Amino acid sequence: MNETSFFDGLIGVASSYAGEIDFLILVVLVSVGVWFIAAEVVFFWLILKFRAKPGEKAQYIDGKDKRHKRWVTRPHFAVLAFDIAIIVISFQVWHHVKIDLPDNPDSELRIIGQQWAWTFQHPGADNVLDTDDDIFTVDDLHVEVGKTYLFRLEATDVLHSFSVPVWRIKQDAIPGRSITGWFQPTEAGAFEVQCAEICGFGHGVMRAEVHVETTGEHTAWMVTNAPAAVANLEVLNNG
Amino acid sequence: MAELATVPVPPPHAGEEDHAHHGPQGWLKYLWSTDHKVIAMQYMFTGMFMAIVGGFMAYVFRMQLAFPGFEVPGFGMVSPGEYNALVTNHGTIMIFWVAMPVLLAAFGNYLIPLMIGADDMVFPKINRLSFQVFFVSTVVILASLFVEGGGFAGAWTAYPPLSASAEYNLTDLGSTLWLVGVGLEFVAFLLGGINFITTLMNSRAPGMRAFDVPVVVWMIVIASILFMLSVGPLLAGAIMLLFDQTIGTGFFDPAAGGDPILWQHLFWFFGHPEVYVVLLPAMGFVAEIMTTFARKKLFAYKTVIFTVVATGVLSFFVWAHHQFIAGIDPRMANIFTITTLLISVPIAELCFVYIATLYGGSITLNTPMLWALAFIAEFLIGGVTGIFLGAAGATIYFHDTYFVLAHFHYTFFPIAIIGTFAAFTYWFPKMFGRMMDDRLGKIHFWGTIIPFNFIFIPLFVLGMGGQHRRIYNYEHFTELAGPGFQNMRVLATVALLVMLLFQLVFFYNCFKSWRSGKRASSNPWRANSLEWTTESPPPHGNWRPDKMPVVYRGPYEYSVPDRDDDHWPQNAPN
Ligand code: HEM
Ligand SMILES: [Cu+2]
Ligand SMILES: [Cu+2]
Repeated sequence: MNETSFFDGLIGVASSYAGEIDFLILVVLVSVGVWFIAAEVVFFWLILKFRAKPGEKAQYIDGKDKRHKRWVTRPHFAVLAFDIAIIVISFQVWHHVKIDLPDNPDSELRIIGQQWAWTFQHPGADNVLDTDDDIFTVDDLHVEVGKTYLFRLEATDVLHSFSVPVWRIKQDAIPGRSITGWFQPTEAGAFEVQCAEICGFGHGVMRAEVHVETTGEHTAWMVTNAPAAVANLEVLNNG
Repeated sequence: MAELATVPVPPPHAGEEDHAHHGPQGWLKYLWSTDHKVIAMQYMFTGMFMAIVGGFMAYVFRMQLAFPGFEVPGFGMVSPGEYNALVTNHGTIMIFWVAMPVLLAAFGNYLIPLMIGADDMVFPKINRLSFQVFFVSTVVILASLFVEGGGFAGAWTAYPPLSASAEYNLTDLGSTLWLVGVGLEFVAFLLGGINFITTLMNSRAPGMRAFDVPVVVWMIVIASILFMLSVGPLLAGAIMLLFDQTIGTGFFDPAAGGDPILWQHLFWFFGHPEVYVVLLPAMGFVAEIMTTFARKKLFAYKTVIFTVVATGVLSFFVWAHHQFIAGIDPRMANIFTITTLLISVPIAELCFVYIATLYGGSITLNTPMLWALAFIAEFLIGGVTGIFLGAAGATIYFHDTYFVLAHFHYTFFPIAIIGTFAAFTYWFPKMFGRMMDDRLGKIHFWGTIIPFNFIFIPLFVLGMGGQHRRIYNYEHFTELAGPGFQNMRVLATVALLVMLLFQLVFFYNCFKSWRSGKRASSNPWRANSLEWTTESPPPHGNWRPDKMPVVYRGPYEYSVPDRDDDHWPQNAPN
């Protein structure tokens, strides 16, 4: 799937599956667009054509006649056909993004939402989560471009939702559960995370950033941040 | 109904005085009346008042979004907490205190007895109780806005754990009152629903068969059935949530072994059918108005009824499309994608039937007809944009963005605002005995419809640009703070201001027409259904005792060949 999206100018395309989701949206847009325009054109045409004229009586059509009824039944079979096409493509996208997790992810992360900040747990130099060299950050996620990440999404208090619009990723975080998902950033740069589920007073400022880095940058970041990981966390938590 | 016998025959054109002949006197009669028409007006005016409240909230938060950091005239600075409370209560009020009371309760109460030829509802006292409970619920929800900590701010969907604990939502009393208010509102509509269904079943005029009943009555009754079937689990859920809030249970608290997602199921199991609960009455109004002003028989009456029933049944199997990314098993999304897209088939069918009804008509574009036609034209946008959100794959991106917001306003606004204006302007002569000014009506129409689109089309674009809902200030987000996006926010807000300004024309028109409009005959639109066979406004008991209607045919016999007259009232023997 190519990476130019009809969202160009509105929002970037920066993950491996963003293009697929955009393609699905485009398919829906075209199919419902055709219907919408057809319906509105017929509708306005009828209004113009059948304006009351003096001395002219309306026709008596009860819609029971097969010849009349097919004007309604045929289009609705066509609607059904479009629906099925959309369902098929939607399934493919949904499976790829939400059900079929990558077998061999390059790395694993933990993302924790709490009122009103995101904590990111990076695996550190050993690339294994929940070991001593894990790097904790608040509101800054550091990942490497082109790598596939598995994440475990958690929440400590209320619902939050991890959303990175340029990646087209969104998943609610639920206290008491750990939800697994994945992404693969394809563009380097810094992008915004919005909390997409209302979570109280500070919901509107529950913003974070993802820093998508090249291998060199990412390694450098790990080195500078590794030893001070715990200390960092405290500073940031208080700040 | 036994009351009827005790009503002396009142003098003609004395509608307002009729109630005085029994029951309480003075203004109290309006509070304690059991007349369905009075109760309808109570619901109507309460609903309209609440529309002003909900509209004011929209004004405040739209101003904040367009001009963040400035004082909103008439309100002041908007804090993040206040913003959330405004959004929450705007949504809650618009759905539960505007759409429901006006579409379902006001017009249901007014129209059902009059359109089926009954002198009143079968349980007038339950009907009165329904309004009284509703009135209390209104007081409770309004009071909740002014208690310490402010109104509830956890969104109209009230997802726990946020809604369950003051520690998280910081609105201790506000959230409890909100919940109590909503719960009472449900009770009011359960009481009302019993009445609607029983009345349709038992009180039809002699000769009126099931398929002689006007579509709008069917729609309102089917809507009541949907409501009553879906609200039970949520009412139970609301009580559980109330316990979580107040006495420390943990039904929705994961730390205590509860499950927050359970609430979402209960909420949306009700919440989705609720969309059809408010949609159906509006579709009903449009059917009546379109047939009258196109002088046409409704295209395929029975198809409409059966399609609506099918939609109603299907609507119980789509709820989890609101939860695709909420943490339910992702495989479930497949099932709900299928059911959700399937429901587009009967809805499309209904739209096609309505459009087909225009074919061969003799269309008069007066104010009620313009509203009815605008309903179709605008609702189509809401309908087709729903397909994006039914497809789980696309919802990964669109969920909780302004795309969703614009989508559901393109359904709710046509339903609650356009549908109401259609019905109100159409039945105004019957309700108040006066004609409305058509020119002012049209000014108000265009002054509402055009800005409406200018409010919500920019919001679709913002949603596609990745702007999420319920965020009080987008300046904090570099990707969203650009001038292009901000201009769209300003455009939407300015359009809202224009729209609100034009509502003054409506109020002026109502007042002027009510005071000095042309007197309405009993049947100014030359329509067929029974409410037009009695005086405008109808007396207590609806018809003079010796004039109770008898029905000979269906309500849509317009332009019947070989008849001179282009309408054929249901009660005319030949
Ligand atoms: C008068 C014109 C209206 C305008 C300008 C308007 C605008 C808005 C906006 C901008 C929001 C979202 C705010 C946010 O998420 O930050 C909103 C939310 C909402 N509106 Fe409206 N609205 C209008 C009328 C209505 C009507 C008639 C209904 C329903 C009958 C309605 C139902 C809702 C609901 C359910 C929400 C969601 C509340 C929540 O997020 O908890 N609105 N409205
Ligand atoms: Cu949040
Ligand atoms: Cu739904």
